[in-house]
Amino acid sequence: MHEFLQQVFSGFSTGAIYASLALALVMIYRSTELVNFAQGEMAMFSTYIAWTLVSAGLPFWLAFLATLTISFIGGMAIERIVIRPVENAPVLAAVVVTIGLLLIFNSVAGWIYSYTVQDFPSPFHDRPLLGALMTTRDLGVIAVTLVMLVLLFCFFRFTTTGLAMRAAAQNPASARLCGIPVGRMLAIGWGLAAAIGAIAGIMVAPVLFLDPNMMGGVLLYAFAGALLGGIASPIGAVVGGLIVGVTENLVGTYLIASQLKLTVALILIIIVLVVRPNGLFGTATVRRV
Amino acid sequence: MEDASSTSGGFALGRDRGPSLAVWRWLAGGAVIVLAAALPFALSKYEVFELTLVMIYAIAVLGLNILTGYNGQISLGHGGFFAAGAYTAAILMHRYGIPYWATLPAAALICFVLGVLFGLPALRFEGPYLALVTLAMAVAMPQLLKYFEGWTGGQQGLNLTKPSAPAFLAIDRDRWLYFVVLVVLVAAMRIAANILNGRSGRAFVAIRDHPIAAAAMGIHTARYKTLAFGTSTLFTGVAGALAAIVIGYVAPESFGLFLSLSFLVGSAVGGIATIGGAIIGGAFIEYIPNLANDISDAAPWAVYGAAMLLLMYAMPNGVVGTVVPYVSRTLRRIGPLKAAFAGNGFAANDED
Amino acid sequence: MAPILTLNGVKAFYGQSEVLHGIDVAVEEGGMTVLLGANGAGKTTALRAICGVVRSDGEIMFAGKPLHGRSTEEIAALGIAHVPEGRGTFVGLTVEENLRLGAYTRRGRPDAGMGRMYGYFPILAERRRQQAGALSGGEQQMLAIARALMMAPRLLVLDEPSFGLAPRIVEDIFVIIERIRREERVSVLLVEQNAALALELSDHAYLIETGYVVASGTAKQLADDPQIRRSYLG
Repeated sequence: MHEFLQQVFSGFSTGAIYASLALALVMIYRSTELVNFAQGEMAMFSTYIAWTLVSAGLPFWLAFLATLTISFIGGMAIERIVIRPVENAPVLAAVVVTIGLLLIFNSVAGWIYSYTVQDFPSPFHDRPLLGALMTTRDLGVIAVTLVMLVLLFCFFRFTTTGLAMRAAAQNPASARLCGIPVGRMLAIGWGLAAAIGAIAGIMVAPVLFLDPNMMGGVLLYAFAGALLGGIASPIGAVVGGLIVGVTENLVGTYLIASQLKLTVALILIIIVLVVRPNGLFGTATVRRV
Repeated sequence: MEDASSTSGGFALGRDRGPSLAVWRWLAGGAVIVLAAALPFALSKYEVFELTLVMIYAIAVLGLNILTGYNGQISLGHGGFFAAGAYTAAILMHRYGIPYWATLPAAALICFVLGVLFGLPALRFEGPYLALVTLAMAVAMPQLLKYFEGWTGGQQGLNLTKPSAPAFLAIDRDRWLYFVVLVVLVAAMRIAANILNGRSGRAFVAIRDHPIAAAAMGIHTARYKTLAFGTSTLFTGVAGALAAIVIGYVAPESFGLFLSLSFLVGSAVGGIATIGGAIIGGAFIEYIPNLANDISDAAPWAVYGAAMLLLMYAMPNGVVGTVVPYVSRTLRRIGPLKAAFAGNGFAANDED
Repeated sequence: MAPILTLNGVKAFYGQSEVLHGIDVAVEEGGMTVLLGANGAGKTTALRAICGVVRSDGEIMFAGKPLHGRSTEEIAALGIAHVPEGRGTFVGLTVEENLRLGAYTRRGRPDAGMGRMYGYFPILAERRRQQAGALSGGEQQMLAIARALMMAPRLLVLDEPSFGLAPRIVEDIFVIIERIRREERVSVLLVEQNAALALELSDHAYLIETGYVVASGTAKQLADDPQIRRSYLG
């Protein structure tokens, strides 16, 4: 029982990271109906920025905030420069552009920082808590994720810009008639997604170690989490990410050799989706005919 | 989306241009085939090998086009079906000593069945959800191949003996395999064109464009969607089998997610709802990474990615999907002029 | 009184095809002007051209400023509030959030305006925490109008406010529109199928057929025109 709970808690901690990246995916999907395959590599790149800042001697949390700011601006720039030209193109063209972006980030990171695996500092000490049920690191990751979620919730609920972003995602034509610059809202959405991804990258890097391919697996789990929750539902993304984190851990511990962990986890998720094709929190989408 | 039927023929430039155009099409098609047959004797062995790979990728992309372009379902898992075809061929040749040509129908059958089985749950999914299900295929395949070592040789993979040409033909293996693949490619394009211009093809397109209307018209949506899936994976599986034969080696690492993404990229670059586009897609997948390597040693994949971006900006419907409608529009504009010169069309004919 | 909005030889396009073939329309400041015509005549397109939603040609002047080359959101910020066909409410947001969005261009505290809107439409005050999608058709139309007014616009553009509503509710809504026009001192440009009702409330009217203005004048002139009576007032 003790071991089981231990696995659940550590699953929550990885799940929190998946949840963050899943949230980033959902944020972009809601406004553009596009799955951003480059989200993971963008997060990886942000993590390298944080690593550079920390290596240069900046205190961890200052480097953290600076990275979020840089990522936010970078995300906005990517939307305006790279994504905008395919805004009205066929979906597949936009998908290919995000795949291209994935390759560019991965390759450029390898070029600048090399493919050697780097240590990444953790802001949390790895001390056991609650009779070794969890560690301070797990708790730290979960706490950071929670703070981020609360801030995002407040932003979308109480600020005019947050409200305008929701309106622009829901009904862009009407939003324009209200005087809302929809293009700018999209860019802010990409900026936020990039910043959220940066948090996920910085939180996961001490565990996975930093290298240009670090986020590949994380993106898969996050994508699965986002879909499990319902690709258009932010709450769903968080819950879905957590479920995937816990499932992955339990499958790896109890069910099967770890080389098939990913496969089994994905199959389990697909089984759930066969029962609920729009995800746990999704509602059936109205089809345009 | 471009009108699918107008761009479906491999070399078609426009429909209904009278019998002379049909003749021209046959001549053009014949010329391309003659050229393709002569080409290997003008090129080095390695260049022939590269061209063979281009054609193999073209068959795989063609399979994906049937699903994505004509039936509107996006798959991130065709690398997995490619792997299934490759391993079918490899295991049959390696363990059972079955001749290489006999593995092609086996791979076709197995991948068709796999595709139909996969298409069944996929019926419930759309857009990103289907992407996840197929993505699972792409991710799971290498893991499964490593896991069932007894059959697949695990991490080391399987080494195969490359087949040589029949004794009466005095050509080397690589050139012989080039012709084998060329024949399969031409047959695949013919078959794809027949399917897509026929009853099933019209049903695929109807389901893509007007799913509810298609169902209301009595098209059995589920059957045709699964059929599209199976047909699509059949093509890709045969391409996989050819790849195993031509390369003479299979290993799990060659069939990762990246391969699936490459097929999708190839499909988009060539033009998803086209048959001829598959060749351009295949060439893109094979040549551009090498070219990128020449341009930048340090970050070749960044160059490859940038090439993808630029192509999509310039031609969001892919090369064939953009060029062919343009050419046929131009032809239509020239059409009345030609008629006027022929002396049978002085009447007001300026439709534009 | 000077017109607040003028259209001079305005053409509008969907893709390559021209839908409006050069129309002239003027909306008097503080007045109500109605565009009449059958389905597909180009009335909605005219409204969309004003708000920069479709590509158009010709001259559109609003309060002395040309609208050409401005984006839809810039035009809204100039003071044109457009209630589109199908109402365009944000169904996933609450009534109150919809109203807050209406005041987006004003960047101030929207509370005062909101109180006034709840005065016109008490039912919205009752439902202010509900999702707009849960409202009835009539309530959604009220919300759409209220949201547009939150902008404190100089011109209110209404596209078929009666669409899909029961006759009783239509009358209620038109009574409120008339009251709002007087109290908020806002000019109104209206597209309406219900010609009898619209002519009764408007000062000026234009009849559009297949992309041309085929008749115009005061509402009374058009209402008395025998041919229009036969075709549109039945």
